[in-house]
Amino acid sequence: MAVTNILILVFGLGVFAFYLGRARSLAIAKPLGGIRYLHSLPSYYGFHSALWCALPALLLLALWVVFDDPLINSIVADSVTGSQAAGDTASYNLLMNKISNVSAGILPRDGRDPEILAAADLMTRLQTLSRWALTALILTLSITGLAWGWSRTSQVFRARQVVENVVEKLLLGCACVAILTTLGIVLSVLFESIQFFRSVPIFDFVFGLEWSPQTAIREDQVGSSGSFGAVPLFVGTLLVSAVAMFVAVPVGLMSAIYLAEYASKATRSYAKPALEILAGIPTVVYGFFAALTVAPFLRDLGESFGLSVSSESALAAGGVMGVMIIPFISSLADDVITAVPQSMRDGSLAMGATKSETVRKVIIPAALPGIVSGIMLAISRAIGETMIVVMAAGMAANLTANPMESVTTVTVQIVTLLTGDQEFDSPKTLAAFALGLMLFTVTLLLNIFALQIVKKYREQYE
Amino acid sequence: MNVKRETTAKPAVMDTLEISEHQATVGHCFSDNAKMTMRNVNVFYGEKQAIFDVNVDIAKNEVIAMIGPSGCGKSTFLRSLNRMNDTVEGCRVEGDVRMDGEDLYAPKLDVVELRARVGMVFQKPNPFPKTIYDNVAYGPKIHGLADTRVDLDEIVENSLRKASLWEEVKERLHQSGTGLSGGQQQRLCIARAIAVSPEVILMDEPCSALDPIATAKIEELIEELSENFTIAIVTHSMQQAARVSHRTAYFHLGRLIEVNPTEQVFTMPEHDLTEAYITGRFG
Repeated sequence: MAVTNILILVFGLGVFAFYLGRARSLAIAKPLGGIRYLHSLPSYYGFHSALWCALPALLLLALWVVFDDPLINSIVADSVTGSQAAGDTASYNLLMNKISNVSAGILPRDGRDPEILAAADLMTRLQTLSRWALTALILTLSITGLAWGWSRTSQVFRARQVVENVVEKLLLGCACVAILTTLGIVLSVLFESIQFFRSVPIFDFVFGLEWSPQTAIREDQVGSSGSFGAVPLFVGTLLVSAVAMFVAVPVGLMSAIYLAEYASKATRSYAKPALEILAGIPTVVYGFFAALTVAPFLRDLGESFGLSVSSESALAAGGVMGVMIIPFISSLADDVITAVPQSMRDGSLAMGATKSETVRKVIIPAALPGIVSGIMLAISRAIGETMIVVMAAGMAANLTANPMESVTTVTVQIVTLLTGDQEFDSPKTLAAFALGLMLFTVTLLLNIFALQIVKKYREQYE
Repeated sequence: MNVKRETTAKPAVMDTLEISEHQATVGHCFSDNAKMTMRNVNVFYGEKQAIFDVNVDIAKNEVIAMIGPSGCGKSTFLRSLNRMNDTVEGCRVEGDVRMDGEDLYAPKLDVVELRARVGMVFQKPNPFPKTIYDNVAYGPKIHGLADTRVDLDEIVENSLRKASLWEEVKERLHQSGTGLSGGQQQRLCIARAIAVSPEVILMDEPCSALDPIATAKIEELIEELSENFTIAIVTHSMQQAARVSHRTAYFHLGRLIEVNPTEQVFTMPEHDLTEAYITGRFG
């Protein structure tokens, strides 16, 4: 039986076990005079039976799925001893591919080496055996679990505690998945970066002023010396982000203040969702909007003032990115401003302060930690944004602080490094990981900084 | 105090402890020396009427206490005196509210100026998340009462002294006001209110969140403040009303039932409802 079918079966059995356990507890309760005489509610007994039925079986299934293929593969590989036997990893992979394709009937059997054919047959047999064994084991385990859980149901059995315990463990497991995934990503990026730093010194990377990630494919190629100085990229990223924040912070904050303090309920109920629609627009749409509408407009505008604005500029990309970020800031700031206790407003108004004085001198200071952390989140978002900059900021790694020039950002370079045909172990591709690591570090530091600010000012009112 | 005796005959239905539609207030509602006057005041929250036809004067430098069961409109009454009801959506005030003869609900009245003249202290201490100094200096700053830092320092010190908080906080004026104890916070709020030299101070259950010792301090303070200010205080504690106030007003279901000198209200109330409330038969 296939794994999906087994899963469905186990879940079906689990549901069945739930009703059996519940029915048994109800049957026990009836002569006693009602479910109040049971230790736990009937549904807890049901869940208890269901958990016993499904959990061990699912665990076994997971283990089986993980260890099934490698085990069979190693047995099959060991059976191949003659001329076809694999020496190194690459030929081993090739061999196993061939065998499994023959076994699955993707490759024709005619004219194959008999040793391969034998191995393929062995693989087919083992796989069938494994599947039947799995089905049988799972079914036995499920039914045994069901019976055990069902038989434990009694008047004094503490099913509630058991179920609560298991629920806690399940939640812990889910939290671990998230944490371990993050850890895995960080470690993989870290190891690839270390490999990169073997060919490019870390000092040259972090402090180098020139970025042209060209590496030679042949030894004698002209212009093959790549330089991997990340400074222009980070300056570009900061420039674009700064332009974005320059647009987003004032507009977002002020619209939040309007929505939270001035707008009537009716206005608010329309304006807030409308603002949040901005957050729902795909970034690629913002991207071509920036490249095709805003950038030419800025260029023409600059020309009329006698300024030369590049047709791909940090200004266009940053400006549009700022618009994209407005809902972030306004929505978060709106939440924290609304959360400032009404007593603060009353206190200030009763002193004879006007509404804007109240907002300026009481509400904003009280809401500051939330506002700052919202801005920090928005900055992280701006730094990580890719699509808009790819389209509107350009590819040229200019080291400049002039927003009217074309710049490039870390994310854009990661995209260009990893698209197209690449050698996977050249410094050029590995540079992407190093950039990713640095970007990750910068955003992490920003987030820690934001958290610190929030912690420092939290609970100042109340 | 110069209070006029209002002769109102007791209606015949009084034994039933019910209020008739056109129940007139009994006792001494009016004063020759009125600071604030309210005539035929009705307050509505949307469709719901919270206050019915209230007529009362608040005399200069008196302490008037508002008592009554929860939801009887005491706080609403108080908040209509400095137009804090404006901040409540759907709230409407009808009738005539005057301070020194000036109509408080006239269209051209400046609410900012009014609230500088009528200070307010709330039920829960609500110091701003600023330093003690900045809390007190808040009002003087926004009203431009001090031209120099020295003036401002003086105002802050005087206000804190009047609120009998100075000795406790003079060493830590530049620490956060929210770090004080509940009673100190409430006295800080009183200092904040008197820093702009208001003429009237409204207090909305100022001690309900405080322990007995802090309460005693605030009550002492109210007595001292009554030398310079007119004070209207809402309270749930009848003992408190008896201790601090000169006159007591009894509200019931949005109607002002009785206003009389405090001593009289608590010894021989004129109205049966008042008697029922102060003897603990309901409330």
